[in-house]
Amino acid sequence: MKYFGLIWKNAWRKKIRTLLTVLSVFVAFLMFALLNAVGQALTGGGATIESASRLVVIDKVSLINLLPIAYERKIEAIPGVANVAHATWFGGYYQDPKNQFGQFPVAPEDYVSLYPELDIPQEQWQAFLANRTGALLGSSLAEAYGLSVGDNLPIHSSIWTKKDGTRDWEFQLDGIFTNTSKGGSDAMMLFHYDYFDEARRGGQGLVGWYTLTLNEGANPAEVANAIDAEFANSPNETETSTEAAFAQSFMEQMGNIALIVQLILGAVFFTLLLVTGNTMAQSVRERINELAVLKTVGFRDRTVLGIVISESLLIMIIGGALGLLAGAGLAKAASAMFAAMGGIGLSLSAETLALAILIMIVAGVLSGIFPALKAMRLSIVDALARG
Amino acid sequence: MSDTLAELRGVSRTYQKGKERVEVLHELDLDIPQGDFLAIMGPSGSGKTTLLNLLGGLDRPTNGTVTVGGAELSTMSNNKLSNWRSSHVGFVFQFYNLLPVLTAQKNVELPLLLTNFSGRERAERAAIALDIVGLSDRAKHLPRELSGGEEQRVAIARAIVSDPKLLLCDEPTGDLDRETADEILKLLQILNREHSKTIVMVTHDAQAADYAKRTLHVDKGQLESRVAA
Repeated sequence: MKYFGLIWKNAWRKKIRTLLTVLSVFVAFLMFALLNAVGQALTGGGATIESASRLVVIDKVSLINLLPIAYERKIEAIPGVANVAHATWFGGYYQDPKNQFGQFPVAPEDYVSLYPELDIPQEQWQAFLANRTGALLGSSLAEAYGLSVGDNLPIHSSIWTKKDGTRDWEFQLDGIFTNTSKGGSDAMMLFHYDYFDEARRGGQGLVGWYTLTLNEGANPAEVANAIDAEFANSPNETETSTEAAFAQSFMEQMGNIALIVQLILGAVFFTLLLVTGNTMAQSVRERINELAVLKTVGFRDRTVLGIVISESLLIMIIGGALGLLAGAGLAKAASAMFAAMGGIGLSLSAETLALAILIMIVAGVLSGIFPALKAMRLSIVDALARG
Repeated sequence: MSDTLAELRGVSRTYQKGKERVEVLHELDLDIPQGDFLAIMGPSGSGKTTLLNLLGGLDRPTNGTVTVGGAELSTMSNNKLSNWRSSHVGFVFQFYNLLPVLTAQKNVELPLLLTNFSGRERAERAAIALDIVGLSDRAKHLPRELSGGEEQRVAIARAIVSDPKLLLCDEPTGDLDRETADEILKLLQILNREHSKTIVMVTHDAQAADYAKRTLHVDKGQLESRVAA
């Protein structure tokens, strides 16, 4: 710590240069925080099947392929399965294409029994059950679109055509629900599968996927294997996985999110190494004479090495910490915004923070090591002679 | 003068310049008693600064031995030499070589960072050193806010703050006007007479050499003559 004053003063000897370097580190770690938060949100955090409380059954070939509704009873009959519900991606928007969010035709009682965290006022729930064209909407969406119970809720589907040839579906908003689970999203709309199945022009008797809960003590991996074995060699073979894996496969229809995130971050940090390394190299080159003076008064080679690397680490830690803080703040703000758009919950995980700290240290050392080695190997006599 | 503080025996120093070997010092013998104020004069390239570097443990002889205060410098490891320099010798350079980002006080404290002194003790000792060179009132100033003479005083304070017996001064007045140079030389005389510092000063300036107790001339790597001041 006694060298901190010296390290701090040296790091800020060219304030604008250091500020710009700190800024580049800041931007890199801001991107790191945001991209990781988005990546984790989109890929579901990678929960393992052993810890899963809910499983999802989809078509083995592609999530786009639908499954027969007759599978529901067969899945229910498999040992270890407690409750089963189906859902289908409706792919619609409210009034304007930018108002995209998830809408799902479901068997209401089955579906809600699987998601006790959805809190729906009882009278609204009863009204919804009694109304064939009724809908339930998450509170964040209702708030964002200024909707209240009793309002008409027209949804234009980009997938499903009605028997009359249009894709405009009319619903009445019967209830507004919230999600009581920590970090859970309520940004979706539920409506009656019966109405959907009857009104759509094609695809009758088919659903998008099944979600199921397990009996206490049931082994999720064994149940998943049993379900997939049940439908093996059928026209619609299945793949059963965790909800997290399901979300991941859903998002990967748009591309390998994790790979894209890693590639972007790789490019960012490679550039960061060059920028910070260049700053440190310049800084050392400018004060060869001063480093020689430090050695002259008795600073050891390794102490000089440590001082230069510490400067690089300091720049990385200041920029990185500010970037992570800003990233966490933006993720929180974006979470609130996305809640009204698509329900992606963004936050910085402990793993992301630990990885960020590790990257700060490694990048700090890497960008400082070559100038530091140059400083360490400096010949006092040569450096002083150069003046 | 009493015991010998520094002793050079058969010291040669050769550098490789491209394919050519240049012998800067040739089998040089020298004794420097404790309390001496020695001026070393000579033309450019005569080996004055090399001699000073050898005495300060900044360089090693190609042949011969350099012993200062009983320590044989020629065979010490780099780390041991660093430790030795931090407590046994102070350096004063022509261009002061202060760290521009540190105040005068912090520049003087630099050698004390290598000790176990607390921050307060370091500050107290630096304040005493600055007081000795007459710059107590400039402690909080950065080098760019000081005159050349003041910067050199700070450099001298830095050289004496760890209380070394030996001060090595390489053209300490080379960048100063006559009046300021005389002030610096008088300060060195005080350090020699009142604080018992042994001083070896390399200079081109005969008037500067007059402040020393004795002067040696170096030419072509050898001591040429001994001249009483």
